Amino acid sequence: MEKRELRLTVNGQEYELYINPKTLLVEVIRDHIGLTGTKRGCETVSCGACTVIIDDIAVKSCSILAVQAEGRQVRTVEGLEANGKLAPLQKSFLDHGSYQCGFCTPGMLMMSEAFLKENPTPTREEIKEGIEGNICRCTGYNSIVRAVEAVAKGDYKGE
Amino acid sequence: MIHDFTYLKPVTLQEALSMLADHKDECKVICGGQSLLIVMRQGLVVTDYLIDIKGLNELNYITYDEKQGLRMGATTTHRTVEKSNLLKQKYPVLVAVERKLASAQVRNWGTIAGNLAHGDSSGDLAPTLIALNAKIKLSSAKGSRVMPLEEFYTGLFETALNKDELVVEIQVPPARLLTATAYKKFNLIENDQGVAGVAATVEVDQSRACKDARIVLSNAGVTPIRAKSGEKVLIGKKLSDALLTEAAEAVADEADPVSDIHASEEYRRHLIRVLTKRMVKQAWEQAAKLR
Repeated sequence: MEKRELRLTVNGQEYELYINPKTLLVEVIRDHIGLTGTKRGCETVSCGACTVIIDDIAVKSCSILAVQAEGRQVRTVEGLEANGKLAPLQKSFLDHGSYQCGFCTPGMLMMSEAFLKENPTPTREEIKEGIEGNICRCTGYNSIVRAVEAVAKGDYKGE
Repeated sequence: MIHDFTYLKPVTLQEALSMLADHKDECKVICGGQSLLIVMRQGLVVTDYLIDIKGLNELNYITYDEKQGLRMGATTTHRTVEKSNLLKQKYPVLVAVERKLASAQVRNWGTIAGNLAHGDSSGDLAPTLIALNAKIKLSSAKGSRVMPLEEFYTGLFETALNKDELVVEIQVPPARLLTATAYKKFNLIENDQGVAGVAATVEVDQSRACKDARIVLSNAGVTPIRAKSGEKVLIGKKLSDALLTEAAEAVADEADPVSDIHASEEYRRHLIRVLTKRMVKQAWEQAAKLR
């Protein structure tokens, strides 16, 4: 199969890759670029573990061809921290114990990041709806919702 | 494992249609791919060429005028429909349906035409749009045709789309006075596919009797099913519990659901009965308020 050139930006860094066009975005992120924070879960757009942000919108990278991200800005969980400091959401997840096994965490963080950008002052109900596409099998939803709520309330400003 | 394919990315609709004409026997069209990539990974769909129309911005639009009604371009995402103030005002049922369709991530990338062309009878948009009397516009390099969405679905995951045709637009007649549409699916997990769903449109006259009705079922057969005998029960009548029960019986008889791991045939008919009563009542009461 003829490989195809793909240019995209991940966490501010430009990449030029040669890939089989059937390669999924999650495969490019994990296997070609080597950022393994983004997880492969159900691979049928059900679980949300592979959630990344493309041009400010949250998507499931298991079901997007990498070639469809051509020329776009992709953000993964590795792109949340800045200058070696955790982002407010990451700090809040830590403080609220918002995970057990941690497998859903990167997806939860990226979904929450995109959600808060869209709706900076959500109600608890809206937060629950916002992360509906992300499944946590350790049933840690309450602590996740509390963590997102704390960031929305401004508890982590200036962190 | 996805089989290898040659990736084609047209930049105009014209180019897309000519690629379709060239490769019609050996190609599939991808837009958001939120359904297609799953079945490709499962090996259920194997294709030599994949034509990617996600970038066709000329098909990304929502317009409305009082004469023509609503026009939505094929590459419009679910999220655009969900967030549209125009639709919230003119066709609130579409916004309500979208809010319960899959997840925000899927709605962000997936498109309305992709959803409709996939032809899954458990979809939410098709029955709702059929209840709204929508039409679908199909184009090929040779020309275009418009057909009622109701006639678009021909069998299990089968549609009237010819191999060289592309879904380009969804058309909905102008919003009518004294008319409302409601849709609800039953599911165990919020925003999951419906075990069964019912869309109902009711138009009332000045005396609030039913002037016209459309009832369309989701996941109650191999295609979306329009329950015409149930509609007939309603027309000319005043709203009552007895009438709703009679209509619901007729609709449940007309349904042709399967038994699977999610529900038995009998249980699906029960759900359809209950949802028919609720959705007809909801649409009726809403229509009676709209003056």
